[in-house]
Amino acid sequence: MGTDRQSDAPSASPAAPRRSTVRYARKQYWNEPEMTWYERAYLPEVLKGLAITTGVFLRNMGKWLTGRRGAVTTYYPEERRADFAPRNRGKHILTQRPDGSPQCIACNMCATVCPAKVIEIESGFDPNDPAHPKYPVRFEIDYSRCVFCGLCVEACPEDAIRMQADVPGLVSDDRYNMWLTMDEMLTWKPQQDVAKPYPPKPVPLTRGESARRGRDQ
Amino acid sequence: MTGAVNSWMPDLVVALVFITYCMVMLLSFGGLLTWVERKQSAVMSDRVGANRAYLRIPFTNIKLVWLGLFHGMADGLKMLLKENFKPNAHDKVGYFLAPFIVFTPVLLVFAVVPFGGTLVPGQLVPALAEWFGTRSYPMQIATLDAGLLVVFAFSSMGIIGAMLAGWASENKFSLLGGLRAGSQMISYELVMGLTVLGLILVYGTLDLGDIVRQQSGTLGGVLPAWGIFYQPFAAFLFLTAAIAENKRIPFDLPEAESELIAGYFTEYSAMKLGLFMFSEFIQIAVVGALFTTLFLGGYNLPFMTDAGFLLPGGREIALSQAVRVPLQMLTFLGKVALMCLLQIQIRWTLPRFRYDQMLGLSWKLLLPLSLANLAVTVLVVWLVRGGQ
Repeated sequence: MGTDRQSDAPSASPAAPRRSTVRYARKQYWNEPEMTWYERAYLPEVLKGLAITTGVFLRNMGKWLTGRRGAVTTYYPEERRADFAPRNRGKHILTQRPDGSPQCIACNMCATVCPAKVIEIESGFDPNDPAHPKYPVRFEIDYSRCVFCGLCVEACPEDAIRMQADVPGLVSDDRYNMWLTMDEMLTWKPQQDVAKPYPPKPVPLTRGESARRGRDQ
Repeated sequence: MTGAVNSWMPDLVVALVFITYCMVMLLSFGGLLTWVERKQSAVMSDRVGANRAYLRIPFTNIKLVWLGLFHGMADGLKMLLKENFKPNAHDKVGYFLAPFIVFTPVLLVFAVVPFGGTLVPGQLVPALAEWFGTRSYPMQIATLDAGLLVVFAFSSMGIIGAMLAGWASENKFSLLGGLRAGSQMISYELVMGLTVLGLILVYGTLDLGDIVRQQSGTLGGVLPAWGIFYQPFAAFLFLTAAIAENKRIPFDLPEAESELIAGYFTEYSAMKLGLFMFSEFIQIAVVGALFTTLFLGGYNLPFMTDAGFLLPGGREIALSQAVRVPLQMLTFLGKVALMCLLQIQIRWTLPRFRYDQMLGLSWKLLLPLSLANLAVTVLVVWLVRGGQ
């Protein structure tokens, strides 16, 4: 209300000696809000506030009634937002070699560095592939405990594990449904992904090109 | 003997029908308002609101969501099935009685509120003409001369319930809440009574049915003769005081959860807590009904009487009873619903007062204003009636 302020004028300047008749004077700040009589009347300001909220209500209600969504909410398990930041750390991807086998060599470095200890790897031996004899038989991540820190991605010597921007849709009544197996993480098919060719094609940097780039930026 | 039975049986039947209608209406208003409050507050803050509870049709996978309408049902079920926890040191009688003392008067207030015009069942349903004869009933449970006094008598009983709940739970937060509820409700009760006094002077009656009938004319030939046009200031004061009576934001000091947990019903659980909450929601509807009756012309549309419409230009449109009665009942429900929406809008717009500000608002601002309003009304009424 503002009408209950004890005194405005006498205690306004901090240098003025405090009169003994004033038992308590609230501290006056340098940016003390000055209310006009119009604001003190309270009712016009109430009506102004009501007009704002009613305006928002009518706008949103109009949207709902005409079949649009009058809210900024995403219905989460049914809908996924598309506007994740590209560097957002979400679900893991196991990258693949051109033949479709996982790039992972089952070295266990990601499982070692993982602070939440959510990665489980069981390795196997493949004598037919002398370049990569060790491969993962089982690669599982427990998303009910994953903290999405991205340390596994940084620890991987083979660039075999990455994180996509989207978070996994793992809404479930049961925590055992929140384990993802290798199949569910081998979703990225780099052969078909034109935007991100993998393995990355080396870009030939000629002298003139780098000089031009430097000048452009 | 048959004649004797015939003399009171129709009255009894009509009274029972009216009572059933009012109870069903109030309880469904209370139930629906929980949903309306959720959805309205959601829409006005860019949210979706509760929309997950559903009823599944048995043996199918069809889930009826209906915009979250079943959340209220889920709440009611939950409250009925919860453990009825009681604090160790509570006062048994007071603790048990308090929710009912809060809940019952809210329903009782509606007994004197007219929800429709005069009903002549003999004319409306020809098959009943022999039984009812030419009896006519105003659509109101109790046609009392002291209608408005009854409203105030019952609504001040709620104070006892709130204070009793606070005292009987043997909890300091509850006690503080009960004290706050008592001082707040008594302060605003006073303002409410004083504002309505002006209206009583204008209409010269306490009977709510008569007040509504007097509002069906015109004021200055153009405006409908509604109380809000006679006493605009009193309407504002009445609404403020009524919201404060209902202990909702911006006046929810007795149950301010940041300070007092839940105030006087901190120690209540299960359906006893449900009764407190339900009575709050029903009281929204009752305040809406009272405001409609006193200030918005009650069950009548503008320029409408029991005979039909009498438009300002002098045109008359007669209405038969079969059209008029449903129209009046729907009008009343519509006006009450609009008032409920307004109250919910206020509740989700304004921030809470501080406790001393709330009492200061009542005693330093609203009370003098309502006295001034009364004085001016007295003067004007005295002058209009020729200074007698």
